[in-house]
Amino acid sequence: MSTLAETVSDSVVITRRNLIKVKRVPDLIVFATLSPIMFVVLFRYVFGGAIQGLPPGVSYAEFLLPGIFAQTVVFGSTVTGASIAEDLQKGLIDRFRSLPMSRSAVLIGRTVADLGLNVISIVVMALTGLVVGWRINSSIAEAIGGFLLLLVFAFAISWLMAMVGLLVRTPEVVNNASFIVIFPLTFIADTFVPLETFPTVLRHFAEWNPVSTVVRAARELFGNMPAGLPEPDAWSLQNPVLYTLLWAVAILAVFVPLSVRAYLRTSSR
Amino acid sequence: MGGPSVRGMTNAVVVEGLVKRFGENTALGGVDLTVSEGTVLGLLGPNGAGKTTVVRILSTLLQPDAGRAEVAGLDVATQADQVRAAIGLTGQYAAVDEYLTGTENLEMVGRLYRLGKKEARSRAGQLLERFDLTGAANRPAKTYSGGMRRRLDIAASLIARPRVLFLDEPTTGLDPRSRLGMWEFIADLVHDGTTILLTTQYLEEADRLADRMVVIDRGQVIARGTADELKAQVGGERLELTVGTVEQLAVVTDALRPLAHGELHADQQTRRLSLPVTGGTDTLAEALRRLSSARADVLDIGLRRPDLDDVFLTLTGRSAEDADPDSAADEPTATVSAGAQS
Ligand SMILES: Nc1ncnc2c1ncn2[C@@H]1O[C@H](COP(=O)(O)OP(=O)(O)OP(=O)(O)O)[C@@H](O)[C@H]1O
Ligand SMILES: [Mg+2]
Repeated sequence: MSTLAETVSDSVVITRRNLIKVKRVPDLIVFATLSPIMFVVLFRYVFGGAIQGLPPGVSYAEFLLPGIFAQTVVFGSTVTGASIAEDLQKGLIDRFRSLPMSRSAVLIGRTVADLGLNVISIVVMALTGLVVGWRINSSIAEAIGGFLLLLVFAFAISWLMAMVGLLVRTPEVVNNASFIVIFPLTFIADTFVPLETFPTVLRHFAEWNPVSTVVRAARELFGNMPAGLPEPDAWSLQNPVLYTLLWAVAILAVFVPLSVRAYLRTSSR
Repeated sequence: MGGPSVRGMTNAVVVEGLVKRFGENTALGGVDLTVSEGTVLGLLGPNGAGKTTVVRILSTLLQPDAGRAEVAGLDVATQADQVRAAIGLTGQYAAVDEYLTGTENLEMVGRLYRLGKKEARSRAGQLLERFDLTGAANRPAKTYSGGMRRRLDIAASLIARPRVLFLDEPTTGLDPRSRLGMWEFIADLVHDGTTILLTTQYLEEADRLADRMVVIDRGQVIARGTADELKAQVGGERLELTVGTVEQLAVVTDALRPLAHGELHADQQTRRLSLPVTGGTDTLAEALRRLSSARADVLDIGLRRPDLDDVFLTLTGRSAEDADPDSAADEPTATVSAGAQS
């Protein structure tokens, strides 16, 4: 078994390797920055006028941005699955598995590098948001808490996607599969429109959907909650920070060991 | 079976009764082999024979269903971590990170072998130089040709000076010049004390590099020994000559009959005579003397030793080329005979 120091040092080597790829393949960085900008602008100006249900006086930009943040980082995390599948296909996982390195470093290095990409995305989105009228109306500490919560949640999703990548093994299939799952997950949530406008069944799902709570938590922490909205019935939405953290911890507790186990047993063919 | 070990007395690799099944398909049906320290074992066999499966088990990538394997005195199942620190692996398909440069690839692997930063860097430099990659050292491996990737991949497996090296078809896809370079390099490594297990479909390569050989087919060992021992199983050397006319064929047949150690074979069509002999070049000299006193007119004469294609044909009843049980459709490396892809 590797010591903690060895695991950290191996993970740093792998993270660096993954970030070098980001530097050399501009598509990745373009995807991580342009698509969030597009989303911010699109929702702000195309749907901005049509979306109903907000109390008068609340800026749609303020309501919208935390939703975009959450959706983007969750999608950003799906990169983890595709990248692992690519490494598997190209025989790199075999190479790593034949080395006397820490057993978890390949996955840690991967998820940490993807977290780095998500940080870049969030910064770009926040700046774009500020341009189109989004504002932080809370303390700096709360705002930082909001960003951290989004990143912690995304990091947990990365580990889930690592497992998917190791099982599915084809980057394109991982991408399609995660789109099919993640897309509804981020839309059947209060990402873009208030839950009050949902039909009942969907609303119940949305209330307990952790994407809803991460969005609501971010809204609260950034001070973007419209004042006049009715108090939610669901416990999850009443305690969105706690509920989101519980999900993140649960996902990590399940998928870190499962993914490491799958990594140790997988092979390129 | 098996000749005495060439150099070391201890075994760097011991494999006993190795069995591996993939569903219904038995890839290895009880393979035994050993590699003496400081020697090269050539693992030969056609497509699908199980060569890669052996290498993957020895390099801890796969768990066997039965049997035992030891590398550098360590059990691959229970001491996998220590085994990994002692080995280098070059898989059948190059496993380099194409987004990293040659230097970055080697430094990364060096660091993961727990070399210090400085040492990883200097080893990377040495190996890039040794493998003729210095000019491309700072280019992403994406821009490398197949042969360059292959060389980089092998360099990566050598970065920490492994005691035992596994090379799965190391020269497949290399041009003749690079192949010769690789052979020299492998010889150097052995000279420095590295133990090597290499798989190959190039019979010439095994003949040239390996101290001992194990031939497997469909997961079973079908022959083992030194190249000479394997060739002896097929039969010894033959004297072969070609003459210009059928009359001449009768003349040389009469002249050489006393030298034959077995059946002579005269082919009227090609006007070739072939006879099993012993005694090597002395016999050849004697044959030439007899031919000249018989005033025979010989176009071409030579001693021919059986090559491993002959060995394979004799052992399996089919040539290595058409032995592939699976479809070769997904195999980029289906050519078998040495030097066929130039
Ligand atoms: N992961 C796997 N799943 C299923 N079958 C496998 C797997 N790996 C190998 N096999 C089968 O095991 C047998 C031996 O394969 P192996 O790759 O060891 O052969 P090989 O001698 O290396 O062949 P080649 O010269 O084509 O590389 C083949 O029949 C192959 O189809
Ligand atoms: Mg193979």
